[in-house]
Amino acid sequence: MERYTLSVLVENNPGVLSRVVGLFSRRGFNIHSLSVGTTQDPHVSRITIEVNGDAQTVEQVSKQLSKIMEVIKIKTLRDSEIVKRGLALVKVKVTSKTRSEVIEITSVFRANIVDISSNTLTVEITGHDRKIGAFLELVEPYGIEEISRTGMTALERGTNTLKIDK
Amino acid sequence: MRLTGAEMVVKTLEKNGVKIVFGYPGAANCPIIDKLSFSSIKHILTRNEQGAAHMASGYARVTRQAGVCTATSGPGATNLITGIATAYMDSIPMIALTGQVATNLIGKDAFQEVDITGATLPFTKHSYLIKDGLDIPRVVNEAFHIATTGRPGPVLIDFPMDILKAEFDYPDEDEEVSIRGYKLVARANESQVKKVAEAIRSAKKPVVLAGGGIVISDATAEFRKFVKETDIPVVSTMMGIGTVPTNSPRYYGMIGSHGAKRANMIFNRADLVIVMGSRLGDRTVANVKGLEDSGKLIHIDVDPAEIGKNVQPHIPVVGDIKDVLEQLTPLLKDYKADKSWTDEADELKRRFTHEPSGEDNGFINPKYFLSRLAEKTKSDVYLTTEVGQNQIWCANYFTFLSPETLLTSGGFGTMGYGLPAAIGASAALGGAKPVIAVMGDGSFQMDLPEMGTMAQWDIPVKMVLFRNNRLGMVHEHQFLLYKSNYQAVSIEGSPDFEMLAKAYGFDSATIKENSEIDAAIDKMLAADGSYLLVADVSPFEPTGDALNESILPKKEDN
Repeated sequence: MERYTLSVLVENNPGVLSRVVGLFSRRGFNIHSLSVGTTQDPHVSRITIEVNGDAQTVEQVSKQLSKIMEVIKIKTLRDSEIVKRGLALVKVKVTSKTRSEVIEITSVFRANIVDISSNTLTVEITGHDRKIGAFLELVEPYGIEEISRTGMTALERGTNTLKIDK
Repeated sequence: MRLTGAEMVVKTLEKNGVKIVFGYPGAANCPIIDKLSFSSIKHILTRNEQGAAHMASGYARVTRQAGVCTATSGPGATNLITGIATAYMDSIPMIALTGQVATNLIGKDAFQEVDITGATLPFTKHSYLIKDGLDIPRVVNEAFHIATTGRPGPVLIDFPMDILKAEFDYPDEDEEVSIRGYKLVARANESQVKKVAEAIRSAKKPVVLAGGGIVISDATAEFRKFVKETDIPVVSTMMGIGTVPTNSPRYYGMIGSHGAKRANMIFNRADLVIVMGSRLGDRTVANVKGLEDSGKLIHIDVDPAEIGKNVQPHIPVVGDIKDVLEQLTPLLKDYKADKSWTDEADELKRRFTHEPSGEDNGFINPKYFLSRLAEKTKSDVYLTTEVGQNQIWCANYFTFLSPETLLTSGGFGTMGYGLPAAIGASAALGGAKPVIAVMGDGSFQMDLPEMGTMAQWDIPVKMVLFRNNRLGMVHEHQFLLYKSNYQAVSIEGSPDFEMLAKAYGFDSATIKENSEIDAAIDKMLAADGSYLLVADVSPFEPTGDALNESILPKKEDN
């Protein structure tokens, strides 16, 4: 099992996401993470899906996705070919004694403190899965009140792009 | 020009050559039904929306155009579902037009509201919910394009009632259909086709598995030419029956769990299998050896996702079968399959083809009946089947000279398909050729109210009912695998079918002895209009040549 990232350009129509997600559950493919947003063309959205599987399964996923009318283009990418980022908001419990320690960890990770109260600190951290994971491990002992994470989003390194054929 | 949404729907249907719409009215699709009455299109009222979808499917198979059905919102739409899924699994072009509650009520759990585009998402090729009436001409044209091109399939369009009734500016000219996410397969890769030819030349025992894709790509003539020139033995899937006439020397039968033993044996002995237009479903590959291990596998299909989905081929070819055959056959100009191999195949055919017995024993032998029916009709008929023993008997014992003449629910296995499919086919043919619906007494009772449709619209169907007062295939299953614990398979309590047919105004007869068959078939074929012939068969009549032959694989099959 390996991690693949599918970058999928779709028509920005209502219901497209349910077609894409429905296909995964229906055919027994697993989504590790997913993120969606519009592109520079307001009619086109990009769905970034991380999947775990062997090469054959991922090829089958890609072929099945291609059959959806509103899927315009798909590229299957390996981690070495892309920059990949996700975002997490983490509400960490603090006391007057531990606050400065958490702030220190946050700054080591180049994360931002976006909210503060007498008992909590909310940290915004972006990065690769592993970076976010490492941060969470470090703040875990202080007590994590809440986490909200996005799926990964990715772009190819260098000059390669996912372009719609005219 | 100002037109209502419903007028735009009907006008676009006309432009797409629609002659008949099968449907059932309700408040939400009433605007369409209303406007159809002012058009050149005939609306045929069915007795259940499921019947309408199956009729559209039968119509599509015979005309090779998209069949159209319509239903109202909510329960009308959900009743279509089985028919839509049936069409999806067999790649039948179909357009389902459903009414929806008014736009401002969507999502409010209004009376007769259901999210039908959501419900049918897994088994439509595409679907639309109309939000703006101006989209109607484009969407309907797109739907026909999608349903009928590439690998065909059903497309559903959901029309909110208020949009059907409102007026819009109808464009003078239709935009050309252009869907950037819809990729049709171009010409098959030449070097892949060359590899196929090379593999065939170096094989000792090649066999072709003919699937329904040959029929869909209208490549029957090209396929027959290929077989004639190469002499390669042909076995088929259920959907590929008739791609070469089933009585032709190089055809050895249907493979799979309910296939012919000879066909499975030939398939298993082959060192090269050329799969043409088959998705290699579980039933097809049930009684054959692991395809990946036994020699070489070539898989040709128009749908790239089918290649490698169930089985990994050694040589994949993405392409329309017609195009592939046009490239392939010339590459094999001086090639003929080894005579020792075709002799071996012929020997298996000789040993394992059983002529069904026509001796009298108190029951009709359905296999003998079907061989007589083929003889009597010269196979110049369309034949529909239900699902169960009747389907397998037809597949293995009727003679099909052309693949379009067998209308059966191959992929989805839908009981209640055959009778409405026969009605749709007969409506399309307008009496040009007889349509025979072969049924069991279980499946007949799923859609028998459609006899009312036949009577009302004067659509002739010759119905052959194999009656054993059982759900025969499950009965056999319980005999073989559940120690004869027969549960929920007796359908005693069924009506007197002969009387029932007569109540609808059709002639009918019942036979119990094989010696009565010929005269009974003559009478049925000569009858004016619809007819029901009830043939009593034994509950222990095996599906295959002998009990347990098909269902339980045996060592010597390999």
